[in-house]
Amino acid sequence: MGNYFFDSATVFEELDRVDGKAKVTGQAKYSAEYEMPGLAYGVIVGANISKGTIAAIDINAAEKAPGVLGVVTHLNITKPAGYIAADATKPAAVRGLKVFDDNVIHFNGQPIALVMADSFERATHAASLIKAQYNKETFSTGLEQAMKDEKPLEGNQYKESIRGEKDAWKNAAVKVEGTYTMPNQVHNPMEMHATTVKWEGDDKVTVWEKTQGVKSTQRDIMQAFALTEKNVQVNTLYVGGGFGAALRTWPHAMAALIGAKKIGKPLKVVLTRMQMFTLVGYRPEAIQKIAIGADNDGKLIGMMHEANAVTSNYENFTENIVKMTRALYSCANVTTKYNVYPVELSTPTWMRGPGEATGSFPLECALDELSYQLKMDPIELRLKNYAETDPENGKPYSSKFLKEAYQLGADKFGWKDRHPIPNTMMENGWKVGVGMSTGIFGAFRNEAKLGLKLMADGTLIMQTAVSDSGPGTATAMTKIAADAMGLPYNKIKFELGDSSLPPGPTQGGSSSTSTVGAAVSTGCVTLQKKLAEAAKSSPVFGHIVAVENFLFQNGEMVLKTDPTKKLSYSEVLKNAGMTSIEFIENSGRNPAMEKYSAYSYAVHFVKVLVHPLTGVVKIAKAVVAGDAGKIVSPKTAKSQMIGGVVGGIGGALMEESVIDERYGRWINNNFADYHVPVHADVPAIEAVFVDKPDPILNPVGSKGMGEIALIGFAAAVANAVYHATGKRIRELPITPDKLI
Amino acid sequence: MLLVKWLKKEAPVINFDYVKPTTEQNALTACKDPLAQFIAGGTNLVDLMKRGVTNPEKLVDITGLPMSNIEQKGDNIFIGSLALNSVVAEHELIKKHLPLLSQALQAGASPQIRNMATVGGNMMQRTRCGYFYDLSMPCNKRTPNSGCGAKEGYNRMHAIFGASDKCIAVHPSDMCVALAALDATVLIANGKLLRRVPFKDFHKLPGSNPEKDNNLLKGELITGVEVPINAAFAQHSLYTKIRDRASYAFALVSVAAALEMNGKTIKDIRLAMGGVAHKPWRLTTAEQFLKSKEATPANFKQAAMLALKDATSYGHNQFKLTLAPNTIVHTLHTLAGI
Ligand SMILES: Cc1cc2nc3c(=O)[nH]c(=O)nc-3n(C[C@H](O)[C@H](O)[C@H](O)COP(=O)(O)OP(=O)(O)OC[C@H]3O[C@@H](n4cnc5c(N)ncnc54)[C@H](O)[C@@H]3O)c2cc1C
Ligand code: SF4
Repeated sequence: MGNYFFDSATVFEELDRVDGKAKVTGQAKYSAEYEMPGLAYGVIVGANISKGTIAAIDINAAEKAPGVLGVVTHLNITKPAGYIAADATKPAAVRGLKVFDDNVIHFNGQPIALVMADSFERATHAASLIKAQYNKETFSTGLEQAMKDEKPLEGNQYKESIRGEKDAWKNAAVKVEGTYTMPNQVHNPMEMHATTVKWEGDDKVTVWEKTQGVKSTQRDIMQAFALTEKNVQVNTLYVGGGFGAALRTWPHAMAALIGAKKIGKPLKVVLTRMQMFTLVGYRPEAIQKIAIGADNDGKLIGMMHEANAVTSNYENFTENIVKMTRALYSCANVTTKYNVYPVELSTPTWMRGPGEATGSFPLECALDELSYQLKMDPIELRLKNYAETDPENGKPYSSKFLKEAYQLGADKFGWKDRHPIPNTMMENGWKVGVGMSTGIFGAFRNEAKLGLKLMADGTLIMQTAVSDSGPGTATAMTKIAADAMGLPYNKIKFELGDSSLPPGPTQGGSSSTSTVGAAVSTGCVTLQKKLAEAAKSSPVFGHIVAVENFLFQNGEMVLKTDPTKKLSYSEVLKNAGMTSIEFIENSGRNPAMEKYSAYSYAVHFVKVLVHPLTGVVKIAKAVVAGDAGKIVSPKTAKSQMIGGVVGGIGGALMEESVIDERYGRWINNNFADYHVPVHADVPAIEAVFVDKPDPILNPVGSKGMGEIALIGFAAAVANAVYHATGKRIRELPITPDKLI
Repeated sequence: MLLVKWLKKEAPVINFDYVKPTTEQNALTACKDPLAQFIAGGTNLVDLMKRGVTNPEKLVDITGLPMSNIEQKGDNIFIGSLALNSVVAEHELIKKHLPLLSQALQAGASPQIRNMATVGGNMMQRTRCGYFYDLSMPCNKRTPNSGCGAKEGYNRMHAIFGASDKCIAVHPSDMCVALAALDATVLIANGKLLRRVPFKDFHKLPGSNPEKDNNLLKGELITGVEVPINAAFAQHSLYTKIRDRASYAFALVSVAAALEMNGKTIKDIRLAMGGVAHKPWRLTTAEQFLKSKEATPANFKQAAMLALKDATSYGHNQFKLTLAPNTIVHTLHTLAGI
């Protein structure tokens, strides 16, 4: 089989990850790795029923166990201010599950106690001594059952959306219909969620927290404990993967804050891998019906997409599952419906490609199915229904290079060699199939403030309170600033992960590069102006001060009309008697965007081998072609796409939560049984980009990338499996049992 | 003998003694206490302790004993019980004479685990049934008479052969499937005599006492295994493991096969399966059927059908009734070059 991705012949000359060395040499410190004098260790005890109330909880033995410093339960908790709504008509500041608020159990594994001791081992042992008795109630944890027994939630966001005529697809000449299922998937980043808390007095706290949003975490803590901004310090220097699981301040973090306050000592709470399945969200299970009708030429006549998914019984979680069906293709008649059923599980949360990753599975499989009925190439069918303007609102796109991405990916993959008839190709006793799909995700840009400091030695320091959950934010920002200022990489420092820095956005929705990158880009323009201004006092340039007259390259200002006249940035500062130039750049949305729709796109191409006797599926080759605007940092961009595809392989072939619905408990909540891809599952993955700037969204020209890397991938695999075998698998993951 | 005793009052976690004897006799004596247990690589036992499934009061670390040798003894290969899974898999004698065993070991776990795991520990590893690991669930194997969570629950990985009403778990080992196919013998020390147990009789079916996985008595020490050399089998053997990902996953089913051919005719054959029973499952009926028959697809198919004669499924594992015979056929086709 093919090479592994690290054998790739491509020579990367681009900037390496600026924090890569620290990460692979163990220098990078994660939230669980901060030691301090008197540090205590907290262990969370979970309920082992799925619904009901705690009748009694015995903490005696635990409290007496050696080394124990304290135990928090709903009976002895000092409730933080944010638990109680000041005004009864409004919700309390703390959203979601208020840990230890009362005796009600909403899901199996819900924290019922926090045990704190002087060592992790002692806390673990004492936690095992906590005994609870419950009044149990009936419950359900599975979607299929909930759909039979219960009514979905009601509200505007769940209303049927009808564009054009509701049942138009039914009267079309060519029709496909199917029901698709996908189990709960769990983010499972390598790094466990961890919170280290240090209170200084009653109203000041420092927290080392695994979060994708240092400012949002800071805000949550301020609101929960009624603290001022300057008295809540959140540090997140490194994140060992997030995938969306670190987008919220979860109950364990609140528990740590409450517990540390109680014992008056710094406290560390780290989740176990098992708790990672129940306490920090998951991609919710979905059962989806889709129907598509087209005319004999492949023009879409109508589409219907109904998604059913789960949420918890205490919070309504929704995501854009059906939006893609309304937004991707030009089709006059589209009806979508989204039903959400509360079950006795914890609240789901956004997971890489939230919504679209789920919705793209039925949509892109159905399109594939349609292409075979029409005897038309799947790409041709998609081009036939290509949306030139946003089908949802008629707006033009800020940029759309999806056509180019189809072409680029198809060429790279060798799509033209595809045999149009399924179940015809064999290689060494394996059936061979190829498949493709499209992924779409909104391109966003939010507000950010960026601190810039040009130092006397010519070093540029940039600061903003974002965290980097893995894409390489600091690297991309370094690249943008290096290009803009003509500075070598080692003269640039990008500081993040500290809530006291100028406020930056939460890292989610593939918006970091657009949002923070925009601030870096305009910030560098401002800096150039300030440099030109400062250069007034340097005789070299005469009286020229207008920034347009200068090039900024190799750490120097160069006069365009006479390149022999130049000055290094440090000389400019020196001549002006300045020790630094410091300012804060504000960056926000481009108001012009009101008139546009913005999306990123990915086209996935997959070659699979399917064993005719054992049903084993191997991904032999994967190519992903992206329209993510301008590619700012090619190396991290490729990594980002490759990582998304690896996640996609997991979702397509192996990731599956197993919950015994009689008990509401997880069966495979560990890495031996919940499978994510290993190297042997991952072939050579090629990521290619159209690399054309979006001229409107932001000054960098970038769009988002993290989500599209995964959106649609499962469909591409299912389509390839169909091409190999003639079997249409509508149930993820595609394990061997489904193909024999 | 090194003895570390955690004082009860100052216990960090669960109290247990830890000793590391250097002679077989001391190890056997140390393990006489009712709640004493041997520990080798610890890759299974430590997990079980962390989950509270097993609570030994004393760990007798046997890794100081001289039991890791691999050597040829007459017509047999002897493998010490402390030989590491990775070392056995890579050993010249094993690759030359017992390639089936080497392949089976390579198919198991991950390189890191194989570097810790020992042959004795691999034989003694416990089932991966999810209910067995979760103290909040019923499981007859862990807590006798608490019920079997898997029978009417999630049983995708479970047995299709030889299960009982009490337990339908499978033995998870790959190595043991090869050793069962190769007619190995287990050598056991108990302080008095050296017991020799045919490999196929070492593990047991769950019956009415699934808490016992095998026929080793309390306090007995596995010292090694002996495997007969068979030149023909060494030429023609194959281990096929079907799993949910390409590596580092337990078998849905696996097949160990060794063939001795006489022209187109099968002179002798060994067949065993993993992932299908509470013990490595020898397919004796299929072996008998194929002896002296031609290696043809039709015969292989028939043998696979015979092998599955007594199979039953429990719901989620129904696919094994198809996957198992298909894997047998696939393995035999590959081995016979058809
Ligand atoms: C994530 C994971 C994946 C795995 N995947 C696979 C797989 O795919 N295939 C596979 O075959 N295995 C797999 N394994 C299991 C692995 O092979 C076993 O854990 C290992 O072989 C156990 O050996 P050990 O030396 O570490 O045993 P230990 O954990 O030290 O001991 C296990 C048991 O054996 C007993 N014991 C050890 N030595 C002796 C002896 N000489 N005499 C008597 N009793 C003894 C101990 O008392 C204990 O009860 C996996 C394990 C893990 C954790
Ligand atoms: S199959 Fe065996 S190990 Fe699994 S729950 Fe039943 S009794 Fe326990």
